Amino acid sequence: MIKAKQLVHEYIRRDEEGNVESVTTALDHVDLNVKPGEFIAILGHNGSGKSTLAKHINALLVASEGTLLVNGMDVSREENILPVRQSAGMVFQNPDNQIIASVVEEDVGFGPENTGVPTEEIWRRVEESLAAVGMLKYRHHSPNKLSGGQKQRVAIAGVVAMQPRCIVLDEPTAMLDPNGRREVIRTAHELNRASGVTILLITHYMEEVVDADRVLVMDQGKVVMQGTPREIFSQVGKLKEYRLDVPQVTILADLLRQSGLDIPRGVLRREELVEAVLRVAQVEDMQ
Amino acid sequence: MLRDITLGQYYPADSVIHKLDPRVKLFSTMIYIISLFCFRGVAALLIVTAFLAGVIRVSNVPFRYMVKGLRAILVLMLITAVFNLFLTPGEPLFTFGVFRLTAEGIRNAGLMLVRLTYLILGTSIMTLTTTPNQLTDGLEKALMPFSKIGIPVHAIAMMMSIALRFIPILIEETDKIMKAQMARGADFESGNLLRKVKSMIPLLVPLFVSAFRRADDLAMAMEARCYNGGAGRTKMKPLRYGKRDALAYVTVIVYLALILLCRRYLRWPM
Repeated sequence: MIKAKQLVHEYIRRDEEGNVESVTTALDHVDLNVKPGEFIAILGHNGSGKSTLAKHINALLVASEGTLLVNGMDVSREENILPVRQSAGMVFQNPDNQIIASVVEEDVGFGPENTGVPTEEIWRRVEESLAAVGMLKYRHHSPNKLSGGQKQRVAIAGVVAMQPRCIVLDEPTAMLDPNGRREVIRTAHELNRASGVTILLITHYMEEVVDADRVLVMDQGKVVMQGTPREIFSQVGKLKEYRLDVPQVTILADLLRQSGLDIPRGVLRREELVEAVLRVAQVEDMQ
Repeated sequence: MLRDITLGQYYPADSVIHKLDPRVKLFSTMIYIISLFCFRGVAALLIVTAFLAGVIRVSNVPFRYMVKGLRAILVLMLITAVFNLFLTPGEPLFTFGVFRLTAEGIRNAGLMLVRLTYLILGTSIMTLTTTPNQLTDGLEKALMPFSKIGIPVHAIAMMMSIALRFIPILIEETDKIMKAQMARGADFESGNLLRKVKSMIPLLVPLFVSAFRRADDLAMAMEARCYNGGAGRTKMKPLRYGKRDALAYVTVIVYLALILLCRRYLRWPM
């Protein structure tokens, strides 16, 4: 679905005469291989290059070096830009700044309108995608009257209406309250499960990546860790090095293990920890 | 407090006028304005009044909503009336210092008042029965021929609809910045006009900065959704003329013809 080879992106700052003042390497030889239908989470501190990577997948930025194939299309070629954008949709951080129309259903129709879909088909798609994110009953509302989580779901519907194979969510929850955050993450998982859309979730909230198929950790433009959530969270020390907040349950489990209790690495959920502790207690009872 | 402002004054109701194609309404309003300024004679005035009353009736918008618009230009109407009363040359009926009241003046002032009142009432029917979005759509479609001579009609319409979408957001933001500045001791209320204007600077600078940032974000979001200008775009809600639109066109043209006929043959008493 998405294949990146040795992708490099440099932000070059020039002074008034056009001389290079400084070069910031936002992506440093990144390799990435995403299979269709996967749910991938990309974690990283601010400035780790994760948003830059996302913008490449949508052909909003062009790489300085390396190649990136989306759905088999080379994003650096001019004629591929629109097809790439259609097959890899993108949801941004600020819900207000990505809703174009003043009525929910018209905003969802914006993408299909741009790609030249016939009118009847647009209506069908708008209804389907609003239903898929659970916002059908707000179709005639003004986006200004919706909550942050609802706006973000409308934005997701707007992308879904373009029928992409892959959706990149670039910190979709950063500006939301906990309720809105849950709504958005649940919607992303439902889309992934129900219609097999590949999801790339970029975030710095650890709790949101627990259910992902695969987690990538980025730091200073490089992919520094990769694996299942369990594998990643079993390395608490390393995660802290990259200035990431490990979920509290995982830290507690880690501390308990270090103090000598027999608790497995990479505990992700509260129930798991409860179970592990109960088991330890039972074993000690028997002794 | 700033939140309560709604743009446009659309009055949702179910009526034939609401359902008309926005292009018909734009065209009719234009014809109506022309007719207001070229009618002559009592017969024509009656036709105009009947036409206006009929449309108001059919539009299902309460009359007091339209009268609201009149209040805004009350001062303008008074000034126009006074100027017409005293500055029209002719036989003086009554002289008071430099002021001369003439029969023509009275007639002109009365006519001007009627014209302005009818103008506001007539045009407010359009804004009351058409959503800003429909209006933009109508303008885009109606002005499309101009794109052939290089006028970016689609871009202008898109800009208008985006502006409409962001007005409430920016108003809310202004409110927020104002409160933030007030919390740090800014004073927007006291002082003379110059001071008040000066105190707006710390409000406007952050507002502009954020507006530019939003514009940047929005442009990227639009590009990400394959926006590529007007070419090859389809419409979710395309404008299509129906039977009632044709009927409306005919009505308006007959109306204009009647006014012009009166102007030629029934000029009495003007």
